[in-house]
Amino acid sequence: MIPQAFDYYAPTSVADALRLLRQHGDDAKLLAGGHSLLPIMKLRLSTPQCLIDLGRISELRFIGEADDGCLAIGAMSTYHDIKNSALVQERVPALAEAAGEVGDVQVQNKGTIGGSLAHADPAGDFPALALALNFELVTATARSGRTIAIDRFFRDLLTTALRPNEILTEVHIPALPAGTGVAYQKLPNKASHYAVVGVAAAITVGDDGVCTDARVGVTGAGATAVRARNTERILKGKHIDAAVIRRAAKRAGANVEDFNDDLHASAEYREHLTTVFAARAIEDALSRAG
Amino acid sequence: MIAGQVSKLIGSRVKRKEDPRLITGEGKYTDDVILPGMAYMAVLRSPYAHARINGIDTAQAAALPDVLGVMTGAEVNERCSEPFPLFAILEGMQYPERWPMAATKANYVGEPVAAVVASSRAAARDALDLIEVDYEPLPVVVDMETAADPDTPVIFEEMGSNLCYEASDQAGDPDRAFAEADGVVEARMEQPRLIPNPMEPRATVADYERSSGNATLWVTTQNPHIERMVVAQMLGMPENKLRVVAIDVGGGFGCKINTYSESLIAIILAQEFGRPVKWAEDRTEHFVSTSHGRGQAQYVQAAYKKDGTLLGMKLKIYADLGAYAQVISHVIPTLTPSLAPGVYACRDIGWTTVGVFTNKIPYDAYRGAGRPEAAYIIERVMDLIADATGKDPVAVRRKNFIPKDAFPYETPTGMIYDSADYDAALDKALAIADYDKLRADQKAQRKDGRIVGVGVTVTTEVCGFGPAAAMGGLGGFESATVRVDPMGKVTVLTGASPHGQGEETSFAQIVADDLGVPFDDVEVIHGDTSIVARGVGTFGSRTLVVGGTAIVKANEQIKEKAKLIATALLENKIEDTLDPQLVTLEDGLFSVQDMPDQYVTWAEVGAEAYDGQLLPEDLDPGLEAVSFWEPPGLTFPFSAHIATVEIDPDTGEVSLTRYVSVDDCGTVINPTLVEGQIHGGLAQGIGQALLEQAVWDDEGQLVSGSLMDYAMPFAQEFPMFELDRTVTPSPVNPLGAKGIGEMATISATPTVANAVVDALSPLGVTHVDIPMTAERIWRVLQTHRRGRRGGRS
Ligand SMILES: Cc1cc2nc3c(=O)[nH]c(=O)nc-3n(C[C@H](O)[C@H](O)[C@H](O)COP(=O)(O)OP(=O)(O)OC[C@H]3O[C@@H](n4cnc5c(N)ncnc54)[C@H](O)[C@@H]3O)c2cc1C
Repeated sequence: MIPQAFDYYAPTSVADALRLLRQHGDDAKLLAGGHSLLPIMKLRLSTPQCLIDLGRISELRFIGEADDGCLAIGAMSTYHDIKNSALVQERVPALAEAAGEVGDVQVQNKGTIGGSLAHADPAGDFPALALALNFELVTATARSGRTIAIDRFFRDLLTTALRPNEILTEVHIPALPAGTGVAYQKLPNKASHYAVVGVAAAITVGDDGVCTDARVGVTGAGATAVRARNTERILKGKHIDAAVIRRAAKRAGANVEDFNDDLHASAEYREHLTTVFAARAIEDALSRAG
Repeated sequence: MIAGQVSKLIGSRVKRKEDPRLITGEGKYTDDVILPGMAYMAVLRSPYAHARINGIDTAQAAALPDVLGVMTGAEVNERCSEPFPLFAILEGMQYPERWPMAATKANYVGEPVAAVVASSRAAARDALDLIEVDYEPLPVVVDMETAADPDTPVIFEEMGSNLCYEASDQAGDPDRAFAEADGVVEARMEQPRLIPNPMEPRATVADYERSSGNATLWVTTQNPHIERMVVAQMLGMPENKLRVVAIDVGGGFGCKINTYSESLIAIILAQEFGRPVKWAEDRTEHFVSTSHGRGQAQYVQAAYKKDGTLLGMKLKIYADLGAYAQVISHVIPTLTPSLAPGVYACRDIGWTTVGVFTNKIPYDAYRGAGRPEAAYIIERVMDLIADATGKDPVAVRRKNFIPKDAFPYETPTGMIYDSADYDAALDKALAIADYDKLRADQKAQRKDGRIVGVGVTVTTEVCGFGPAAAMGGLGGFESATVRVDPMGKVTVLTGASPHGQGEETSFAQIVADDLGVPFDDVEVIHGDTSIVARGVGTFGSRTLVVGGTAIVKANEQIKEKAKLIATALLENKIEDTLDPQLVTLEDGLFSVQDMPDQYVTWAEVGAEAYDGQLLPEDLDPGLEAVSFWEPPGLTFPFSAHIATVEIDPDTGEVSLTRYVSVDDCGTVINPTLVEGQIHGGLAQGIGQALLEQAVWDDEGQLVSGSLMDYAMPFAQEFPMFELDRTVTPSPVNPLGAKGIGEMATISATPTVANAVVDALSPLGVTHVDIPMTAERIWRVLQTHRRGRRGGRS
């Protein structure tokens, strides 16, 4: 478990980090909490020549409110930061709670929201929440930067829309309309606590009790986290009762191309779990709406 | 309790002597050893489960800066004068020779193939990537039952089969028992392989002095003296030229009994390159380089009468030894049929034990070693009979208990149970759990559609090893040296090698009570063969039972001599002669009855022992005693456990809702230490029931090869354990102690398994294999929900 030798840089500004990134090109890797990157380096499955540690860049670690009312979280904010942020607890309690369910205390103290999204682990928790909460991802490159909608972010196994020369700087979580409830439910892998399957749901219910909007993100099931669009469609415009939940949950796996089949769960079991946790997440979200 | 002694510390919750050191980071582990000029070793391991090694090119690796050199398996093995010794050879067994490294053929993933020494750990690791090995993959044998099949490729051609042994035997007349039975229950039970994970992985540091030929080996071992014996023998070295040191060792659970290749390789590299050499495995390496545990397929048939009496059993047990037998690993499976009768009076048992070689890392003792597998069989059988006869599992157990007046009791399999009262332990557990209410609640909860179960077991196990006859050449004794210094302080040297159990504390308690000295005046030293001349070590819950008794025996000699010295001192004080027989030792003071104000202390006795001015002519100076004690028999702790579980009907997840553990380990020296052993033991046993299993693919690759993939329980998954005890002293040692290291692990697995099966019994389920993972239970629910309804309710 000793990685191949590498050079190490610890810039203190995003500008410096970008400069280093341009200078070292493909030989470089950004280091956030290191809880995904370092294990694969120790196994020598990843052998970067140089690491650019984002850990000393204070402008990347904050939680606040953006001008447009979005909740803005710096990419280097840790699960611990998010779990303990009064603002997150007030605005999106489900996100703070989910942060407290990630791995263990050590992982929560080191792992970051930026690293989690950029790494796009198929079993990661935050990708499901990011989809349900409609994250906007703000990035910087040497030339400029952009905002990427979460729906266009997860591309394939461990692959995102980020380019090698791009740094994810912050995520924006749009303000939730009144009557919205958010919930995340997972079956934790008993060894790592990653999600065997996890489902996040954000459901908005109008005064008349009819669902006006629903976003459901599924993680752990396939190569990437996906939105359960069929489920959302069934929920929207309905007065959600047990029968609707059952019908909607049944379709939660429809957008998963291939269910993962591994040591921790067979594809068949994961497909089943997707419906179970979709139902639980929807129910839970509903109980928090209104 | 020591006969005739007023006890002060024995039985009380004395805080662990070793904790301040360990908790504040002052513990010294093997990986903390740093020697001048020390170099680092890395081991190249076979990536194939079975492959011929046609050649190794080490040139590139050796050329790397900072690399001192590389040795191949053939080069290392050549330096050994003999292969690994085996102990307790079974009649008719065959086994392959094993050398420290694979030279011409690798037989499991992880077998050492070459070793590098470099001036840094990182450089040694880098060099591994540059060693080129020409492997020719061979057919791989993974499954133990397939391995036993004559059509399966043979791993060691010279042996003609993959069998280590196939041994059949019987006690009583099982055929008659089956003929007379009202019914027979049967099941195939699987004991998955487990991967022991002590907090500290293995490490070793070797130092070799070319001028004298003396070597020192620091190593993570449970038994430094056995390590010294094996290493010295294999290197053709006299034992007195090898010093083995186990400083703080962070747990073992059996996996640190074996002498591993790395000890030999490190010494050989130190000899070759003239530098001290350190090797320390990391967790990932540990998974493929340190022996595993369990691994059995059990075919069980049990004959019963309608009233719930167990009449007889027939067992066929396959044991997956992995690629080699080591130390006494091959004997461990034979303990399973030996203990299969459990706490029950059944006399007619037939069994076949098949030890097979596979292309897996060798297996060895793991917390319980053969006894958990036995307890699992018999405690599942009791529930199968309860299910078949429609009786309560508690009633079936009571019906079959060996009665309390039958002890010492010889089992049909030849074990002599020392003492027990199973009803008493069971009564206590039932009372704590409020069993009748549990059953009533269960009925109501089931009506609400909940899947809830109650599991009950009453188990026993064998520990406190020797005597010598039970040890196959390892020795059945333990040694103790008790030394009183001129200040009257006591130093104890023990041949046992505690590595987390806390005997520095419990041994000091025994000495403090026995000699009447303050607890803090007792130092306990262990683990260094240059200080402790001989010992056997710590395993099979023998440390307190055998090692503790050796201390009591040494204390007797000390007290006897101390009284003679005290007599001389008292005579000097009163200026008169005294009969030494009249001198008594009480509360640490030596005096004679009719002169209570005339006394001498241990400090005075200690000083005089070495100063010697007043010693009578026939008394040699010094105050030190050595005792080697071998127990006349084995001890059999026992326990009654009750668990309750609830199953999530949607996911199959099992939650453990209560756990009651009533254990009897005879005399309790320190309840805190005993409870610690029980807590940890329960965690391991429950982990085995619900989570843990090593998984291989068809190529013999360990798929569950890290703690991200091999699930061990987290503390938060457990309810608060409800502990209590009964105390049935053992007659086989003066302490009355029985050993508690394995008991809770052994009981916990079948207790939880029984609870889960009980929960599923309304669906007609009678057996589910462990580990009872969520997916496995979900599948059971899937198949049985559509099936018949019935069973106990
Ligand atoms: C024992 C253990 C248990 C775990 N359990 C869970 C769990 O239950 N649930 C869960 O979701 N996760 C779990 N994780 C993973 C953990 O959440 C990781 O920390 C997280 O996925 C990655 O975040 P990081 O900050 O550690 O990123 P790093 O490991 O530092 O980086 C990951 C990748 O993202 C890239 N990257 C990081 N930051 C940026 C950025 N700002 N811009 C562009 N690229 C970037 C890196 O270059 C790297 O390729 C676990 C990890 C461990 C070790």
